[in-house]
Amino acid sequence: MTLLAEARAKPPGRRPRPAPWAFVGPAIGLFAVFFAYPLVASLVESFQTDERGETVWAGLDNYRRLLGDPLMPKALGNTAIILLVQVPLMLVLALLLAQILNQSWLRMRTGYRIAYFLPAVTTLAAYAIVFRVLLRADTGVLNQLLGGVGLPAVDWLNDPVWAKVALIASITWKWTGYNMIILLAGLQAIPREQYEAAAVDGAGPATTYVKVVVPQLRPVILFCLITSTIGTLQLFDEPYLLTGGGPGNATLTPIIYLYQVGFQQLDFGYASAIAWVVVLLIGALSLIQFKALGRRR
Amino acid sequence: MKRLLHLPMLIGAVVSLFPFYWMIVAATNRTEDLFTSPPPFLPGGELLNNLARLEESVGFSRVAANSVGIAVVYTVLSSLLSAMCGYGLAKYRFRGRGLILAVILGTMMIPFQVLLVPLFEMMAAFGWIDTYQAVIVPFLANAFGIFLMRQAFLDFPDELIEAGRIDGCGEARIFYRIVLPAARPQLAAVVIFTFIAQWGAFLWPLLMLNSEDHYTIPVALSTMVGLSKVDYSGLMLGSFAATLPIMAVFLFFQRQFISGLLGGSVKG
Repeated sequence: MTLLAEARAKPPGRRPRPAPWAFVGPAIGLFAVFFAYPLVASLVESFQTDERGETVWAGLDNYRRLLGDPLMPKALGNTAIILLVQVPLMLVLALLLAQILNQSWLRMRTGYRIAYFLPAVTTLAAYAIVFRVLLRADTGVLNQLLGGVGLPAVDWLNDPVWAKVALIASITWKWTGYNMIILLAGLQAIPREQYEAAAVDGAGPATTYVKVVVPQLRPVILFCLITSTIGTLQLFDEPYLLTGGGPGNATLTPIIYLYQVGFQQLDFGYASAIAWVVVLLIGALSLIQFKALGRRR
Repeated sequence: MKRLLHLPMLIGAVVSLFPFYWMIVAATNRTEDLFTSPPPFLPGGELLNNLARLEESVGFSRVAANSVGIAVVYTVLSSLLSAMCGYGLAKYRFRGRGLILAVILGTMMIPFQVLLVPLFEMMAAFGWIDTYQAVIVPFLANAFGIFLMRQAFLDFPDELIEAGRIDGCGEARIFYRIVLPAARPQLAAVVIFTFIAQWGAFLWPLLMLNSEDHYTIPVALSTMVGLSKVDYSGLMLGSFAATLPIMAVFLFFQRQFISGLLGGSVKG
């Protein structure tokens, strides 16, 4: 029996050593002040409103107002489009790339891995600005390249549909490599024996994929899906810097709307209600994805 | 079939890398030349002129120093707190430990934007608006870092800690001299990730910092975007400067970088 185990077995009633709290305390204190308190405060504020400089109780008014506010459905609709188009596109692309990079016959695998991952390393604000410049309407580089192969120039950032395309393309550029690396690690964690066993049992590549790869990869895909979903609902830097949420709110996101309501219109109560809608949506979507894809047994 | 894959892989790599290349091209050419037809596709010789103009317009050296200072101070303090808290949770038994761990993990599920309004009011009440500490202090406790460090310390043998106690080492000394050095790889991953998170932080610094003297690089760049006459070369130079340190860290510390990245997803 180790000394530590003996120490643990000592009868209760002794004063506990202060040491654990000296280690844990500072972080817990910071969480209490800068996380727990603001979290509760924002919930409380979402039920309050400002009347002639005085904070008054408003019940569910802020939430009721959200139901009649056309901008929130707009922002959520934009988010839904990104969730339904960008996230699947990116994850399929990432899975495909991971699959290819997991093949031993491919040359320059390290080079490809770095090249594809590098966008994930860029600073958010910097890459959004670079895309803003690359996608400039008439004389931007991309339009000039399109013109070079005989295609018409596209008003990427000022057309409601193309602005969404631009946003989706930018996010895909930035995050595909990140998901690829995670999926690749998942693929590499599958023991070689399982492939060999499948081959011995006479399974073809398709069967092997469905019976060996997919089940093993399920938790990794789930992780990528949930983090991408959460990231999409929190989208701010890219649309803010790429299009400013425009044109005509075509790339407005809930967090940009929160920023406008809270810090430009200074309507803290309403902004808090928007924030809580986002929190609830993230919770609900994560739960649904977890239930649908989580461990089945 | 196998050969056919090389071409799309190569095209994909070019798409991935082109924006980086173009950042360099734009940062070293004159703004007026960037949108000519055809645009320049080779680096030019205007780097120093662009830098001088960027210095004049947004005080870039000051802005870059702010970014470095804030990120370094934040990273040191936050990583230390993560390591301490992770150690406390991994190696001591005390009432409430399980609950604390659960709550810390739970905070990771909640988007930080929900805290923005109350935190903003709190910073205003502290008189911290437009100060560095407003950017650094509120997010010092980092759930992901704590969790990663706790996992790292779980495997550390209790016997070594106990041996240290028998030799008369204090708890703090055991932590710094015996336990922490053993977790260096995981600590490196946490350091890299906290640094990158703070270096790239945009929304919170945008809300907190409102005088040019205190701007970080992302905030300064965002103000340049909104100007009526945009200095595109300067903008691209600034973006390049914002990206360069992170790229360097990635290329030098790939292993720690990736392991920090995977900490939450794949075991092993």
